[in-house]
Amino acid sequence: MRSNFVFQEIWVGLRRNLTMTIALIVVVAISLSLLGTGLLFVKQVDRSRTLWQSQAEVSVYLCTADSPNSSCHGAATPAQQSQLQQTLSSMPQVQQVTYLSQPEAYALFKQDFANDPSYVSTVTESDMPPSFEVKLRNPSADYNIVASAVTGAPGVDSVIDEMTILSKFYRLLDAARNAVVIVALILIVAAVLLVANTIRLSAFNRRRETGIMRLVGASNFYIQLPFLLEGVIAGLLGWALAAGLLVGVKSLLLNNLQQYFSYNVGLSVTDLVEVIVLAMLVGVLLCGVTSFLTLRRYLRV
Amino acid sequence: MINFDNVTKVYPNQERAALENVDLTVNKGEFVFLVGPSGSGKSTFLRLILKEERPSDGRIHVAGKDLARLTNWKVPHLRRRIGCVFQDFRLLPNKNVYQNVAFALEVIGKPRRFIRRVVPEVIDLVGLEGKHERMPDELSGGEQQRVAMARAFVNRPMILLADEPTGNIDPATSIGIMKVLDRINRTGTTVVMATHDAAIVDSMRKRVIELEYGKVVRDQVRGVYGQAY
Repeated sequence: MRSNFVFQEIWVGLRRNLTMTIALIVVVAISLSLLGTGLLFVKQVDRSRTLWQSQAEVSVYLCTADSPNSSCHGAATPAQQSQLQQTLSSMPQVQQVTYLSQPEAYALFKQDFANDPSYVSTVTESDMPPSFEVKLRNPSADYNIVASAVTGAPGVDSVIDEMTILSKFYRLLDAARNAVVIVALILIVAAVLLVANTIRLSAFNRRRETGIMRLVGASNFYIQLPFLLEGVIAGLLGWALAAGLLVGVKSLLLNNLQQYFSYNVGLSVTDLVEVIVLAMLVGVLLCGVTSFLTLRRYLRV
Repeated sequence: MINFDNVTKVYPNQERAALENVDLTVNKGEFVFLVGPSGSGKSTFLRLILKEERPSDGRIHVAGKDLARLTNWKVPHLRRRIGCVFQDFRLLPNKNVYQNVAFALEVIGKPRRFIRRVVPEVIDLVGLEGKHERMPDELSGGEQQRVAMARAFVNRPMILLADEPTGNIDPATSIGIMKVLDRINRTGTTVVMATHDAAIVDSMRKRVIELEYGKVVRDQVRGVYGQAY
């Protein structure tokens, strides 16, 4: 094997159809970075989903004196309240039950809307319903059981579980992720077609050389290797660009996202490396396999 | 060396056979002219030897190998034992004389030391001493054909196939080309040359096989181009 001969051939091939090579590199770069972004997104969503789900609580709001709910008959009595407390804390799925009285709820409300005083001033302490904040052992599995156990019980105005709200939010995120992945897949199809076309052009450009190689008895491997490597090298260059873009996506977009959360949802460097390595495998395989299949059609014995 | 056993070749979508029941043997070290009008099957004959085409019927043995039983990945090894020269030279325009000849050895993975030793020898053999650095477009037609012959012979093939090697060259220069082919033949290489050049065939007095409409109509040991001419 004469390696410098092979590399010389690759260099000639890449240079001869430079425009196609550049187009190929760009398309591979964009499709791989979109795919990588999709994967980072999946990781990010999964990470925050587990975090939030472990913290999700079920809120059981009790009736107040002027609740509009028809199942409420005046404010919840202390008897009803202690009955509820007992029901909830006796459930095996429940980890902890905290009672939030009207003054406490009002204090929290004032704190949450501290920068909107006009809003705070229209609400009085008696408007705030007292509630039980129920912490679950396994929120994603058990929230339905706990919620249905107390819904409609005497003295209960409404039951709000945060999981329902969260799942709506996550459905939105999942849709966004799917959209990114679908666009990436479409671009990968475009990249495959471009690789095939570039290799075909390259083979056509060098048909004189390959014709002579065939004639003097060069093995198929020797004839095809420069073309194959040409595809793979273009794929690797595209991947290198994509890796740069992915580092950018992580440090600019996802890390900025972090500032909206009070706890750590950031992705580690390991996650990023994992995605980049995966993108490389996809890129190299994509270009290599496509080149190989194209060559089988255009460079026959 | 080359054995055709009742070989017929019909190209797809064609009614007439390009070769029909060709049955002949070319022995080691022989020099054979293949004559006949265009379309008589000369090129098909050569392509069948290289296994660029498969016969529709019959068997072909080349260098002791049954071509029908030769797997695809062994075809390159067959072709390393066969040199080829064409009417249109088929040189690489961006490589000089030395590089064109060396290319044939580079692509079959010969070591560089071997190439450096063998290539100048062959270039001298075809009579191009001192022209190693010339580019093909700086050479005359005859000289280009000599480069092509050097390339075909550099790997010391057992068989040299020449498809109208003098077709693009004037008669005076053709004599030089034939001398080189004769010299190659004298090293023990079997030479099969397809040609239209009556003067050359007549002057060489070698075996002549004449094809017409794909059939062998004449096979003479010391023949001339044809009675009609």
